[in-house]
Formats: sequence, C-alpha cells, structure tokens
Amino acid sequence: MTERHIIVCAKQIPDPEAPLSDVSVDAENKEVVVDAPQVISPFDENALEAALRLTEDLDGRITVLSLGKKLSDTVLRKVLAAGADELILLQDDAFDKLDSHSVALALADAIRKIGEYDLILTGRQAGDWDSGQVGLLLAEILSLPCINLAREIEITGANVIVKKAHPLGFERVQAPMPALVTVSNEVGELRYISRTKMLKMLRGASSIPTWTMADFVSEKDRLQKMDIIELSSPPDMGRDCQFLDGATPNEMAEKLALVFRELK
Amino acid sequence: MDDVLILGEVKEGSLDARSLELLGIGKKLAEDLRSKLSILVLGDSPANAAAEASSYGPAKVYSVTHSLLKDFQPELWLAALEQACQEIKPAVFLMSHSFMGRELGPRLACRLGARLTTDCIDLTIDPQDKLVLRTKPVSGGNAIAVFKCPGPVQMATVRAKVFSPVERTEGAAEIAEIGVQIDQNLAKVTSLEIVKEEVVALDKADVVVSGGAGLGEEEGFELLEDLRKALSKSFGSVMIGCSRVAVDKGWISSDHQVGLTGTMISPDIYVAVGISGAIQHLVGMVHSKKIIAINTDPSCNMFKVADYGIVEDYEKIIPALITKLEDLS
Repeated sequence: MTERHIIVCAKQIPDPEAPLSDVSVDAENKEVVVDAPQVISPFDENALEAALRLTEDLDGRITVLSLGKKLSDTVLRKVLAAGADELILLQDDAFDKLDSHSVALALADAIRKIGEYDLILTGRQAGDWDSGQVGLLLAEILSLPCINLAREIEITGANVIVKKAHPLGFERVQAPMPALVTVSNEVGELRYISRTKMLKMLRGASSIPTWTMADFVSEKDRLQKMDIIELSSPPDMGRDCQFLDGATPNEMAEKLALVFRELK
Repeated sequence: MDDVLILGEVKEGSLDARSLELLGIGKKLAEDLRSKLSILVLGDSPANAAAEASSYGPAKVYSVTHSLLKDFQPELWLAALEQACQEIKPAVFLMSHSFMGRELGPRLACRLGARLTTDCIDLTIDPQDKLVLRTKPVSGGNAIAVFKCPGPVQMATVRAKVFSPVERTEGAAEIAEIGVQIDQNLAKVTSLEIVKEEVVALDKADVVVSGGAGLGEEEGFELLEDLRKALSKSFGSVMIGCSRVAVDKGWISSDHQVGLTGTMISPDIYVAVGISGAIQHLVGMVHSKKIIAINTDPSCNMFKVADYGIVEDYEKIIPALITKLEDLS
C-alpha cells in the first residue's frame, strides 16, 4: 500500500482560554494584547488529532505547516511530540496580520513546494480572528475537492470519507484525494503528551526547517494585510457575583435552592 | 448593476428568518449607497420562496432554478452563484453566517476576487470610498474590530439575531429568472447519506444546565441530567448544555455546545457547572437573564459574569441541591 501524506496547517496564537483579566485592547495600535502563553489554535489541534488517528490505521506520514511572523519552536514542537513526522515553520516579518486570502495564498505556495500529498487538514477557524476562511480558500486556490466541518474522517482506498456537520444531524460525504478537509472539535481533542516526551522533544538537537517568504512565496505582491479601521473593547459583560457561602455543601445548596425558588 | 444583493435561504419551501434580517441590513446599505436592494434565491423549485421574497420590499428578486440545486452540494451551488453574480454584478453581496453561508462565503469570494468578512454584527458604508465597513467580534469576543477590504464586490456573512427583520410590504417586486449552466461533473464531493439526529434546540430552552471540563468525567453529565429533571418540575423547558471542551473530550454531542462555534443562547437561567468560562463560551451565554456558576476555582472567568456563585465541588453540591429543590416544592 502506498504511503499517505497528510499536511496539517496549524496556527500559533495567544491562549484563547486566557482569563479575561489577561486580555486588553490597544485601540491606538489596533491590537488585542493577550498576556498569556502562545498555544496552537484549538481547532488546529483537533485537525492534528484527526491526522494522527488516520495514520494509525494506514501507512502514512504527517507534515505540519505553521505560518506567522514570530513562531515559537517550543510551542510548535508539541506537534512532533504528539506524533507528527515533520514540522515546517513558515516565518517572516511580512506575514504579520495578513488577511485570510493572503495566508491561503502563502500556504498554497508552501504546499506546492512540498509537492506530493493526499490530504490537507485545517481547523475550522482560528481562535484569534475567528474568520473560518483559510482552509476553504486554500482548497479553492489549489483547486481541491473540499469538505467543511468534519466530525470524523476516514481514508478508504483513494477516497476520503467524512462525517460532516449538517443542520439535521450529519452528512456522510466522499471525495477523491488529494482533498482538503476542515476539522471541527467533534473529531476529539489532541492526545495527551507526557511531560517526558515533551521535554525529550524540546531537548532534541534536530533543528526545525524554517522557510522565509523568499524561500517559497511566488508572488509576494499579492499578499495583503488586514485593514483594521478600528479596534475596541466589547461592552462590559461583568456582573456582581453574589457568592453563596456556607459551612457545608448542604448549606450552600440550600441557599441555591432558595435562589431557584425566587426565580421561578 | 451596483445592487446590494442578499442570498435568501429557503427552508421547507419558504424564506428563513435570517433572510429577513439580511433584507433589513441590506435595505439600510442600499439606502446609504443610493442603490437598489435585490435578493437571490436558488433551488430546484424556488418559485414559492421567490414570490414570498418579492413581498418584503426588495427592488428585484433573482431566482435560479435547476434540478441539481435540490440538495446543498457546495460545488454546484458555488458554480450557480458565481454565474448569477456575473450576471447581476452586485456592488455588495451579503449572506447569513449560517451552515451554508460559512462554506459558500469564503469560496465564492475567492472565485469573484473579493475579500469576505465573516460573522459581522454591523455593516456601514464609508462615505468617502463607498466601501463597506465590516464590524466583527474577534479574539473570541474579547475585542470588536472594524475591517475594510478592497475588491469589486463587497462581501460579508452576517450573524443571526443582530439585525431586525423586515416587514412585509404592499405590492410585489419583479422576479427575474437567471439561467445557469451546471452539470453533475462539477461535483467532486459526493453525498453518501444524510443521517438525521435528535438535535437539542438549546435556543428554545428556559433553563440550561451546562457542564464543562471541570466535571472531570463523562459521568458528570448524569448528575446534571438529574438536576435537569428536578428543575423541570418548576421551570418550563430545561436542557443540557456544555462547553467546547466537553465535546472535544467526547463526553457529549456537539448540539449541546454553547458558544461562538456552538449555539448562542439567552435563557432565563443559565447554570454553569465546572465551566471556567473561555471567552468563546461566554459570548454564547452572557446575555442569559440570570447566571449561576458552580466551580472550585474562585478566580475563574465564569464568576465574573455570574449573578450567583458557589465555590465548591459540584459532586457535593448538586445531589444536595436536588434534595433541597424537592423539599421546597
């Protein structure tokens, strides 16, 4: 059986689960300032998990691509610790705040440079801009069959079969490979990575291949920045929480039961 | 030419509620641009929906009828939409940020050489250059950004329940049929089957009892189900919700998910059990009338948006709460 090559696109972002107090809006510079560690965007982790499960059942390898201005080796090596075979960093100052279409153009160039592949997986949307476009645009640019919002993915012969979200439940669809699939969280969370494994990967001597714009982008003039006219804080969502104290759980539960009775 | 065009979505032969909201914001943009509002409907037999659309005040209804548009096969729909847009040449094209719009929007924008902004909560016209200013929550809802994009067609998908729907008007707009050339060969993705599932309609609930990672295990939802039953005796419709993490862990199906990529809800009472309150979850429930949080971590986000809080292990609180609720009833 031929070896399958799966490419996963993973974005590095500030932790979207960060406490509200660690997030502020710099209106002047039009930037969201997040005082939290960098992580891999959650839906992209789901995409990696889907790829890992696919390669358990068949002969395959996984390449993870990450594109950004300033990427962290430490954050992204996690994908290798999880079981990906290769990580390529697409890093350049010019990649700061690109619009979705430009990110897709650049990723398409990187994928063309890689050459052979069977399946491209992306998260359904990134946890910073929540745009939900790059995967779909990438499929259009590469003229690939495209399946949006996968809940489950399998490979059968030359086809990918996907359980795709549907308003009534789900739809099972099939596409010939190469194809692109965007992954939703129903696929499952990224497997647990032991600390020892993570540390081993971080200490690993192997350097991560890093491509700058000049290495792979064919028409750099086509890349455009997002044009943000204004950035502001959302209306305050905070309320004054009344804590229901008590010496025992029973006492607290009793107070809460009374709250429910009042709200009835 | 230069119309503000919206994509009408047809559900069971009739225009859906979100299309009426799109007509609402579309009408405002058309007035600001001093152009006309039109609506496009597609399907194998969209005649009823087209007739219905014509009574909601657009200047024109465009209708595309083709047997291959019976089901939603994105590649066929995209080809039809692309051809329709080439004929209509809209200045602005809006879709719902719906199941269909999420997929069609980016892909159609790419084909039309346009830049799309998704999930917009406001749209206005820049008086200088007549481009559409697109307001959208970003960073899970931590910030509100206004974007401007160049391009021949100004495209956006629009969040539900933000804009007021239009009312029916006297008279009916002209309905123009647009012919499209599509064939089955365009469809590389084949539908094998659509499996209907029992889907909870969280947005219809009076009370939602929601669980997250803090439950620690799938069995936690059994306890929440007991609470749901107990509350059902006093409140109308009580349903189980969850955070994204609970779905990721495989504890519960995604139709229960509350938040940006789940369902956005505002029930009378929202009970958050073991949910720390990632911003993408909070934006989906923060407009609930009363919010009750149970969590072991007093510093978690959920308490910041809650009206009532209990800092304790839910496994100790919920059984006691059920007993007390029964005592009181």
